[in-house]
Order: sequence, then C-alpha cells, then structure tokens
Amino acid sequence: MREITYVEAIREALFQKMSEDETVFLIGEDIGVYGGAFGATAGLIQQFGEERVMDTPISEAGIAGACIGAALTGFRPVGEIQFMDFVTLSMEQLVLQAAKIRFMFGGKAKVPFVLRMPGGSGTGAAAQHSESLENWFVHVPGLKVVMPSTPYDAKGLLIASIEDDNPVIFVEHKLLYKIKGPVPEEMYRVPLSKSQVVRPGKDLTIVATSIMVQRALQAAETLAQEGIEAEIIDPRTLRPLDDEPILESVVKTGKVLIVHEAVKMAGFGGEIAARIAESSAFDYLEAPIRRLGGLDIPIPYNRKLEYHAVPQVENILEEARNLAALKV
Amino acid sequence: MDETAFVETEIYQPNHEQLIEALGKPRLREWVLQMNIIRAFEEKAEDLFARGLVHGTMHLSIGQEAVAVGASAAMEEDDYLLNHHRGHGHCLAWGSDVRLMMAEFLGKETGYCRGRGGSMHIANVEMNNLGANGIVGGGIPISVGVGLSIKKRKTKQVCLTIFGDGAANIGGFHESLNMASIWDLPVIYLCENNQYAMSMAMQKAFNIRYISQRACAYGIPGVTVDGNDVLAVYDAVRTAGERARRGEGPTLVEAITYRWKGHSKSDRQAYRTRDEVKEWQARDPIHRLAHLLKLSEAEYEEIVKQAQAVIEDALAFANASPEPDLSTILEGVYA
Repeated sequence: MREITYVEAIREALFQKMSEDETVFLIGEDIGVYGGAFGATAGLIQQFGEERVMDTPISEAGIAGACIGAALTGFRPVGEIQFMDFVTLSMEQLVLQAAKIRFMFGGKAKVPFVLRMPGGSGTGAAAQHSESLENWFVHVPGLKVVMPSTPYDAKGLLIASIEDDNPVIFVEHKLLYKIKGPVPEEMYRVPLSKSQVVRPGKDLTIVATSIMVQRALQAAETLAQEGIEAEIIDPRTLRPLDDEPILESVVKTGKVLIVHEAVKMAGFGGEIAARIAESSAFDYLEAPIRRLGGLDIPIPYNRKLEYHAVPQVENILEEARNLAALKV
Repeated sequence: MDETAFVETEIYQPNHEQLIEALGKPRLREWVLQMNIIRAFEEKAEDLFARGLVHGTMHLSIGQEAVAVGASAAMEEDDYLLNHHRGHGHCLAWGSDVRLMMAEFLGKETGYCRGRGGSMHIANVEMNNLGANGIVGGGIPISVGVGLSIKKRKTKQVCLTIFGDGAANIGGFHESLNMASIWDLPVIYLCENNQYAMSMAMQKAFNIRYISQRACAYGIPGVTVDGNDVLAVYDAVRTAGERARRGEGPTLVEAITYRWKGHSKSDRQAYRTRDEVKEWQARDPIHRLAHLLKLSEAEYEEIVKQAQAVIEDALAFANASPEPDLSTILEGVYA
C-alpha cells in the first residue's frame, strides 16, 4: 500500500471530505495561504477558496464559537487550534456551550464539528507550546476526544469525526506529523470509540495513546528479543472509551503498563487503571498496575530536560521488563 | 430611520407618530399584550418561587419588556435568536408556546428542553431560537458561526444576538464583533443595557458613556436607544436588520433599560437605592406604549386580564405535566 505521512493523511481526509460534502469548511489561524503552522491545510485554499478555508484573527474563543454556531445551523466545520495550548482560550465555548447544548436543549439539537489541535512536546517550544491537555476534555460529557497514533488512523478517524454528529476534540501530535505509514487512497472510516490491539502479545499489556503507541511499539521490538511479548492497545478514542479490549487483554496477560505523554497526575492512565481495578480483570492481575506519564512539571526548554520530562522508549522498556519479571 | 444616526453618541429619538402610523394600532395593541404576557409570566415565576414551588434560580426581566418585544417584532420568521440568562421575555416575544415555556420553567418533561435546561437555557431550535445562555456573553461567539452559516447558505436571514451590559466586557465580545465585522456577517448585536452587571454599575465598569460607542472599534454602526421605548427598539433593530440583509454586516444596538427586580433570588440590592428603582418604575415601558396608543383604562385592564389568563392556562398545563422519568437521565448527551 502507498505510504504517506501523518500530516498528509490529515490533509487528504480534509480534502476528500470537503470535496464530497459542501457543508464541511475549515476555520482557524493561518490555515490559508500559510497552510497551517504545521502544514496540515497546505494547498487547500487553492482548491476550495477562502470561503471554505477561512483564516481568522487570533481569536480562539471566536473560532470555537464559529464552529458551534455553524454546526447548530447545518454545517460540519473543522476548526484548527494552532497549538493545543491555545485551546485554553476556547474552553468556555467548548466545555460550557458545545458539550452541553444538546443535553440542555433536551436532545433537540446537534453540534457536529471537529476541532483539530496538535499537542505534545519534543520540538523545543517550551512550556506554552507543548501541552498535552486531552484529559481536560475527557472529563466533559458531551465531547468526544480522539487521538490518532498512525497515518492510517489519522485519516480514517478524521473522516469519521467529521461525519460524527457531536463535537469532537481531535488531538494530533507534532512529532507524529512526519512519520510515514500505509494509507489507502480512497475514503475510509476508522470508527470512533473502538480501541485497537496494535500488537498482540501474551506477557504484558501496554495501553498507550498518541505518540506513546509508537514508542511502545519500538520498546516491544527490543522486549521481543528478550523473550517478552507485549500486547499493545491504542484506545484511539479516549471519550467515549471502549475499554473491553483493554480488560480482555489484562485478563490474558495479568500485567498492565499504561503510558501517555500528559502529566501523570490525574491523567488518562488513572481512568484506565481504575476501570481495570473496578472490573473482574482485577482478579487476574499478577502485579500492581503501572503508569508512565509526564513529570509533574511544565515542559522545559532545554533539550535534555525536555526529553526527560515525558516517557521515552527506554522508560517503557525498563517498566515493562520489571513488570514482566514481577519486580514491581 | 436614517443610518447616519448610528454614528451619533446621543440617544436616538424615533419618530413615534410615523412608526405608529406605519405599524398600525392593532399590531401595537398586540405588543401591549405581549409585554403584559411577559410581565405576567415573570410575576408568576416570582410568586411560584416565593412559595417554594420552583427549584433553582431565575432572572427576572420585569421592566425590560420593551427590548424583547421591540426587537422580536423587528425580525422575520426564519431569523435566528441567541439570547441571555434573563431571557424569558425574548423567548416569549419570539413566539414560543407559553405552555411549553412554563413547563420548562417547572422542570417538566413537556417543557421545551424536557426539563433539562430550565429557566436559563430555554431554546426552541425548530423556531431558530438557539437558546438562552447561563454564561454571560456565552452566545456572542456562537453568533459568528450562525452568521457564517447564513452567509454560506446565501439566505436573507439575520441572527439577533441579545446580551447584557456585563457581557460587553468579556473577551468573546471583542473577538466576535471583530470577526462578524471583517466577514460582514448578518448579525445584530443587541446590548440590553439594564445598567447593572449583577451589582456592578455600568458607570463603574465602562469608561465610555454609551456601549454603542464601541462599534467604531469594529468599523460597524452603533446606536443607543431608550430601551423602555418599544418603538425605538423596534426602529433601531429593524434598521440594523435591513443593513444585515443587504449583506453589509453587523450593527451594535444598545437599548438602555432597567431591571426592577434583583439580579436573582439572592439579591438584597445593596448597590442601588429604592428611589432609583422607583424612578425607573415610573418609566414603565408597557404603560408608555399604552399611553402612546391612547388606550383607555378599561381597554388596558382587559389586556392585562387576557395576559393573566394565558399564564394561568400555561401554569395549569405545566402543573399537569409529568416530571422527566429517571430512566431517561442519560439521554441527550450525544447525538
């Protein structure tokens, strides 16, 4: 199959949905001639014109509000927040309006839009351009939270998100934009709320999100050479969460490591751990549930400090080896 | 109304005789009735509240009825409405079913929002009423999207966005009016200035005399009207609507009015004097229109009774309606 990058997969999804559905339009900062800060929308303004690829002033609340209002009245907007950090300026509109409108109106309205945003560290952009805030949204009923880890999922999940009738927070990762992978040329959907076993294994379960799926896969190669077969599960949609494959895997392996980039404290891993602990899978655990997440600090600028602020392949390896050997 | 009036920093004075002539007395008599229905609804709400029959809180717009009725009357049938937490009046003036509103107020399954929204969140998407809002200024950014949607669909619709003086100081006001202006969106920004953001007096919260002066910062027309003069509100909103329908973009209309009651149920009103309240009660917007129409006392009393009957009927409907069933508690979160 043809291989393209994660950011190309996103662009292709946008292109194909916009070609097919006139109610889809893009709105965000520098997404037109500039092509988006990370190039996700490059060339689209030439294809669709500035009425469907709308550059906005620096107005994150306005972008979110524009998505909500247009979605309420028949459109399927796709907004871009240039860096996930800046979504803090949209929070009222997303949390108090988008997430609640349908419920507050007695189920008589729908708000179908996608808000794309790149999260994550590793670019040397320091504390205000490196956030991983997905769990803020995971805590809000009415929103969906999607985090693709591969080019294939990026395209299929984005198409499914645009077609979904709910507000979807679509979290991309800056370091994933350039990774390549097989992506079909035709349109396809990766269903929301379907966790995926991305690597089968019998010795321990690794639940990872976004870029940590890639790091877990790398770690698993090394572990395999040591005779440890890790099963890796990517939830892909964090809310609403499909936890069945995770629980089934834990029953099989008896050991689980949860890895995400976001700060470990009150992170998504806590929810996964709790679901395992609350379920019958708990009885099958042979070791404590382990979590790896970002350190309890803002992302530092210095390259070495930044590298060590979030889980890396070697951290996953170490944790996985200890778990497999029941040394935890 | 001449748009040149919109750049003046004086309160716009409409030509009452001309407007009465153009609108006709039967229609204006309907406005007197509508304003009385709003007042009767709110007096009933207050009464139910005082007797402990309502759950939660509410925000009464008694004294502000002319803004709701004048603005709604200036709109066309398929226009959109976004309004604010003190919104019973706007919703009623928009043509909503009083029974379904009262049912929502009482948290009943038959209410507009199946009892999930309540006083602060009444919406009726079927009538393009996109909802009142519990967040001050929360609807203002949404108006940008509604305006965009209208523009993309190339219809002649307009989005009426009503917010209070307090909302004119949130960041979203600035972002939204600017976006609406640069894209010439068909939105009317109607600032219902009742002079207090909860307890914060307008004079303390702004260093300008009229909120409409802010329009010049966005390159759009701004006008201030007497919000207790229903004809002035109508005239300004109508003119703003015509501009929007011509594709020329948004207008900021400020209607200065006054809320007779406290902010919500907990307000002891220590921030204003009784005399000030009395002074504004003497400028009752409903009496003013009745006076302009030269309605006799008997005619007026008849209208008041008619309004009260509408409310009693709505209350009977709401009281007889079922509560939401507990088994439905999870419904409506996702489509």
